[in-house]
Amino acid sequence: MAQAAIELIGINKSFGAVRANRDINLEVARGTIHGIVGENGAGKSTLMSILYGFYQADSGEIRVGGKPVSISTSNDAIALGIGMVHQHFMLVDNFTVLENVILGAENDALLKSSIAKARSELERLEREYGLEVEPDAVIEELPVGLQQRVEILKALYRGAEILILDEPTGVLTPAEADHLFRILKQLKEQGKTVVLITHKLREIMAITDTVSVMRQGTMVATRVTKETTVGELAELMVGRRVLLRVEKGQSEAGAIKLSVKNLTVKDQRGVTMVDDVSFDVRGGEIVGIAGVAGNGQSELLEAISGIRHAVSGEVMLEGKPVDLTGKADPGELRDRGLAHVPEDRHHVGLVLAFEENENSILGYHDDERYLKGPFLNVDAIMADAKDKIEKYDIRPGNPRLRTANFSGGNQQKIVLAREMEQDPGVLIVGQPTRGVDVGAIEFIHKRLIAMRDQGKAVLVVSVELDEIRSLSDRILVMFAGRIVGERGPDATEGELGLLMAGVEHQEAAE
Amino acid sequence: MSTPYAKLPAWADYGLIPLINLSVAFIVAGFVVMLVGENPFRAAVILVEGAFGKGTGIAFTLFYATTFIFTGLSVAVAAHCSLFNIGTEGQAYIGGLGIALVCLSFDSVLPWWVIFPIAIVAAAVFGALWGFIPAYLQAKRGSHIVITTIMFNFIAASVMVYLLVGPLKPAGSQAPQTRNFLAGAELPKLNWIIELFGAKIRSAPLNICFLLALVMAFLVWLLIWRTKLGYEMRTYGHSPKAARYAGISETRIILTAMMISGALAGMMALNPVMGDQHNVAIDFVSGAGYVGIAVALMGRLHPVGIVLAAILFGMLYQGGAELAFEMPAISRDMIVIIQGLVILFAGALEHMFRPYIQAVFASFSPKAVGIEAVKGKGA
Repeated sequence: MAQAAIELIGINKSFGAVRANRDINLEVARGTIHGIVGENGAGKSTLMSILYGFYQADSGEIRVGGKPVSISTSNDAIALGIGMVHQHFMLVDNFTVLENVILGAENDALLKSSIAKARSELERLEREYGLEVEPDAVIEELPVGLQQRVEILKALYRGAEILILDEPTGVLTPAEADHLFRILKQLKEQGKTVVLITHKLREIMAITDTVSVMRQGTMVATRVTKETTVGELAELMVGRRVLLRVEKGQSEAGAIKLSVKNLTVKDQRGVTMVDDVSFDVRGGEIVGIAGVAGNGQSELLEAISGIRHAVSGEVMLEGKPVDLTGKADPGELRDRGLAHVPEDRHHVGLVLAFEENENSILGYHDDERYLKGPFLNVDAIMADAKDKIEKYDIRPGNPRLRTANFSGGNQQKIVLAREMEQDPGVLIVGQPTRGVDVGAIEFIHKRLIAMRDQGKAVLVVSVELDEIRSLSDRILVMFAGRIVGERGPDATEGELGLLMAGVEHQEAAE
Repeated sequence: MSTPYAKLPAWADYGLIPLINLSVAFIVAGFVVMLVGENPFRAAVILVEGAFGKGTGIAFTLFYATTFIFTGLSVAVAAHCSLFNIGTEGQAYIGGLGIALVCLSFDSVLPWWVIFPIAIVAAAVFGALWGFIPAYLQAKRGSHIVITTIMFNFIAASVMVYLLVGPLKPAGSQAPQTRNFLAGAELPKLNWIIELFGAKIRSAPLNICFLLALVMAFLVWLLIWRTKLGYEMRTYGHSPKAARYAGISETRIILTAMMISGALAGMMALNPVMGDQHNVAIDFVSGAGYVGIAVALMGRLHPVGIVLAAILFGMLYQGGAELAFEMPAISRDMIVIIQGLVILFAGALEHMFRPYIQAVFASFSPKAVGIEAVKGKGA
């Protein structure tokens, strides 16, 4: 193979107690497209941020073109010919394309000469790489795909030889993504090196020459793309974790408690995140939604709980219709027996600055049990909080303590206690054990199964495949906003992994 | 508004930090006094004696403090809902309009104890209304409340100038102010309380609005920490996402918080208008709204802190006036500089020394500071 463009040797990086990168070794050959795959939180972005000078590695060595270098700011990276296209664009919305391209690379106090130079340079780049963009267009008026092209142009304008793209297709339509891939191939032909970070295996197979897989901060494997399969990559990505099986009896599914029909949800940018999804959850069963993070699960949960407005769809809660499109109100849904443990407990499920007892009524603060007229019934709230602390073994058991000072597992227990103790008919849970220690995981799983056994309908969304398999009575797999398959709890990891990677049913059977 | 994860012991948070900020402000002010060739220690003595030395001084200090308690509470209520209400100045000004209308209509027929409650309501309603418009624009249109409230200060000033040189000015008068209220609209003084302690009082404007301010401080505490509405405001203030999750309407909470804030600002006008001047004159608020921002920040948005901070600023106003009188080299503008320094260090730079103090505390016990659940990050 050709000479290495980048070598990373023994890179370590920790954030507090979390080791985001452990002993990473990576070699990217010049003139190739190198994919890095892994689930969200596997450490891909951290690694690239180290390469681009946003973070400093705790230890390890970076070599560019064979020479050891030190990259402490992004300017160092740019000087070494490394360019980065971020997942969230770093563009000035009300500047033109040209102005954005020269931003930070103006050579003069007056812009005239740099603009003229940039204009001719842009024309050359556009010719060479098929990166057509109108140089005088204002960024906010351009579609996302073109904005991304401007980001690429910015990097090339600064003389980038190595281009890092972080989840570049997350915001693109399929057609735009195809165009991007053509551009990347052209860049490769011109001798540039491309590093593509993604969790979409299909893209890896379509475009890369080599692929490295990361999992939980480590680099688990590097493969030549032609010699590997989606199945192998999926397995490497998800990994064979220690099985955490909870004992549970047969489910006795009862009446349909939550019914979702043709639900479509778009995000702020207008990208369809949940695409015509339909499913039912019956009383007495746990339905798990598996999927690689970012395939619409979060938006699905937010829509069902009323936090995010849906575009269209019919939802029935306990047999009665709910309007989720226009006047969705989380408070009303809660009154009707839908409890929600959100994915993001730090910003949504809890107010970290509050005392524990204050969080134990969040969302239920309208309930007359906790009120005396317009006043909070402090005694009742305290007694209630103490009761939950005891039942859910929340530690430290002090209801006056600031919530931020509880550990992740105990914070999650605060949310779970609040939602479960309201005796809801339907419980929806996002990432029940994210950032939770092993002891608490078991406790939380047992509680969820107890809810099921009481005849509640439980919907669990998790990116932990193991958790889904261990908890669910039925497993739905989400990919690109759609439900691409339903399996029983005995489905194998490989089978689910393929579905999660977007490989169709027929292929999976092979 | 402080860093959510930092945890200092309460005495350091509410006592030590303001004290350090204040000391630095006075040290820098001391240098300024030295620059004009006066003795900073003598100046300090005059300032404190002017504010607290004699009965009259105390009465004046508390009179000014009353004004600042109202504006400080106003800023704090909005801030608990993460709204930065800079419009206290204008809301107080318009509150004065409400009072003027009530007093001018009823002062010849009703006694003060009937007019006072009506005036309180009028001041609150007018102030609330002036807070409502920016709040509505924020909630429905996304216009930033900081910008709109500043603009509304100017609009309030223009409206009042128009009214005070036109419709509200008695015919033939040259002064841009309403006619003086009759005895029916004059509030009783509280000087007798200070005289109880044996101090002598000449004439000082301290009036029952001081008691009203203390009652409001208590009610604000009750509102913020003991009512459902306050709980909702704090939830929204800390995390709009959590508020949405909890089913709290963003529009309703922004409108409510700003109207309460505006009402408190409007009530500030009772003190100078009905308690002291007995008329509404141009620019009677004279910056008290802006001082309210510093008072609220320095009082850490807590009513007890606000009352203490308001008394501090009352002392600066009263003691400063004495200082300008006793030391001719120190002009009225110098006093403004000293007040500005206190606002700068205690208000604007409130968090300047915090990281260092936290570091010191952290070196004693690493667990006391900055405990943060970072576990979720790498899962």
